[in-house]
Amino acid sequence: MTGPARITYREAVKQSIREALQADARVFLMGEDVGKYGGCFAVSKGLLDEFGEERIRDTPLSESTFVGAGIGAALAGMRPIVEVMTVNFSLLALDQIVNTAATLCHMSGGQFPVPVVIRMATGAGRQLAAQHSHSLEAWYAHVPGLRVVEPATIDDARGMLRAALACPDPVIIFEPISLYNLEGELTEAAAQVRLDGARVHRVGHDVTLVTYGASLWRCTAAADVLAADGIDAEIVDLRSLRPLDDATILASVRKTRRAVIVDEGWRSGSLAAEIGLRIVEQGFYDLDAPVARVCAEEVPIPYPKHLEDAALPAPERIVAAVRRLFSDAQ
Amino acid sequence: MLSEFRLPALGADMDDGTILEWHIVPGASVKRGDVVAVVETDKGAIDVEIFMDGIVREIVVAPGTRIPVGTVVALIETEDAAAAPVATLAGESGGEGLTPAAAPAPAEEGRREGGSTAAPSDRLKISPAARRRARALDVDVAALHGTGPGGAITVEDVEQARAAPKPSPTPPPPPPPAGAGEGGGMRDAIAAAMSRSKREIPHYYLSTTVDVTATTEWLTAHNAAVPVTQRLLFAALLVKSIALACRELPGFSGFHREGRYEDSPAVHVGVAVALRGGGLVAPAIMDTADKPLTTLMDDFRALVTRARAGRLRASELAAPTIILTSLGEASVDAVFPIIQPPQVAIVGAGAIAERPWVVDGKVVPRQLLTLSLGADHRVTDGRLGAQFLARIAARLLEPASL
Repeated sequence: MTGPARITYREAVKQSIREALQADARVFLMGEDVGKYGGCFAVSKGLLDEFGEERIRDTPLSESTFVGAGIGAALAGMRPIVEVMTVNFSLLALDQIVNTAATLCHMSGGQFPVPVVIRMATGAGRQLAAQHSHSLEAWYAHVPGLRVVEPATIDDARGMLRAALACPDPVIIFEPISLYNLEGELTEAAAQVRLDGARVHRVGHDVTLVTYGASLWRCTAAADVLAADGIDAEIVDLRSLRPLDDATILASVRKTRRAVIVDEGWRSGSLAAEIGLRIVEQGFYDLDAPVARVCAEEVPIPYPKHLEDAALPAPERIVAAVRRLFSDAQ
Repeated sequence: MLSEFRLPALGADMDDGTILEWHIVPGASVKRGDVVAVVETDKGAIDVEIFMDGIVREIVVAPGTRIPVGTVVALIETEDAAAAPVATLAGESGGEGLTPAAAPAPAEEGRREGGSTAAPSDRLKISPAARRRARALDVDVAALHGTGPGGAITVEDVEQARAAPKPSPTPPPPPPPAGAGEGGGMRDAIAAAMSRSKREIPHYYLSTTVDVTATTEWLTAHNAAVPVTQRLLFAALLVKSIALACRELPGFSGFHREGRYEDSPAVHVGVAVALRGGGLVAPAIMDTADKPLTTLMDDFRALVTRARAGRLRASELAAPTIILTSLGEASVDAVFPIIQPPQVAIVGAGAIAERPWVVDGKVVPRQLLTLSLGADHRVTDGRLGAQFLARIAARLLEPASL
């Protein structure tokens, strides 16, 4: 990389895959339509011509089969990147991921690590209806033995795959569907991206917005509105959903004394619930207001645009939740 | 069974109060409506009535203590199942050791007036961070006014209190004469209520000028014929006219709460009373429409006297379903008043003055009064408002029928 350039999130992911394929002969990409079709979200477009069928492998429409094959390849010494079209379909491979990938290293006393990387698109916002739009990150973040990350910025989209391939544990990378067209500056920091750790995306003093994925940009929009009101919001981008970076979250909350967690997952049993309780467990005496949450409405994500928009944690809802922490005015 | 008597919210925007004195002692028997305590609020010292029958078991809060609305102030032994919803439960479980704390709070009239939908808690609302900060700075949190969500005390409140001169650690000094303090709590209370009104209520205004010559003549004749103690004020006629108009036309006498309007079954016209030390209160003349003019006049006099002495009853302050504000003494022609939430209408009256008026094609001097209406557009429209004003005027022109 030389100097900042503006690229899309999609292009950043593609560059990271290309770099990985070039850097390590053990790396290959496998999944539904990743080859001839160029990827359901066009992430791998052109890679088949560049690297050939051995390394860009189209698979049958059988998530359990090809995820299992990826796990086997990792056990056998390869560094597979398995693409599951969306997290919704990954449920067909849940047994492979939870019962096999996450456990083998532990059950074998550390003899058989599973260095597989599984990429999945996630989230709503593109009118793909309920079976293609859910945010099930919390389910994977629940499972010990997995690493779960969700790049929300161009630099992270560009850099996280390298860090994931270097990790001996199975890593799930979530790519928000609504961010593939996001454009931004690719900086040199992308070369230094770590797999773990949250990051303060925006510095503020009055309230902490804890978020991840596509909601990061909803939070920045909300923070702009709040700034006009004189409320200076700090935004923590989780980046890693397992493990969670308690230290960064708590350092921010101790400073601002107020926290709103913004999560595209459903509220009940959500990551937001987990983070909220960690804040209460570790930061109770630093709080100046109850911890608040803005999550997706608890419905299967609707297809019609106005209903899909209404179901998601829109900036207006974030702004309203923050204002409620500052006064009883409503 | 034992019931909790909690500090009620004595009107909109009251967060806390100080018990000045108790009129009851443990062992005394109380009846619903008895005045049991005097509480200092932003509106002055207010007589607090109890809403249950029973025997006083314990006085929980001593005089001089400032406490949030909803705090349990006394425990009453009651027989009344309605006032004690826990009675059934206790029966089912064999009546074993249900403590008062476990019992649901008795339904309290006026509690919703506080503006907060959160259930009142016995505890001081203070954030964990503020509590720790207060300890570090040695600030007495009980004396603080919270600005956070639900009126909770925040770190900033503590730090501001620290910056301000520290209040005397001894028990609070005797309160100032009730109702005084133009620059103090009452001003804040008026500011809060009126700001809320202008923020939330889409007001519309109408006014009409009424030739009240015949009415003033009737009044003069009436007053000449009765003993001084039975003389009527014009305001009494006006209050009664408003009450009767309210009964005829729905939409002006009631409360708009939580997005819904409900007409009040009883009409209690509140009368705005300016206090000598500044500020004002608007206590109600209860069941205004049902009272003959002489009774109404007696009530009105008593109300003004007690308002100016700062000795109003809680129920009188919370009760008005509509308010009359009269600035006749100030010689203004018309008033464009602000509704007091959660009410939905307020009637203004200017001064009665002799002015030129056209009667039968000729300009003649007549006694004129301009009546105005500020009403809530969420509930009624101008057309209905116009009818309402017209009915008040029509009633006013037939004083003998009042």
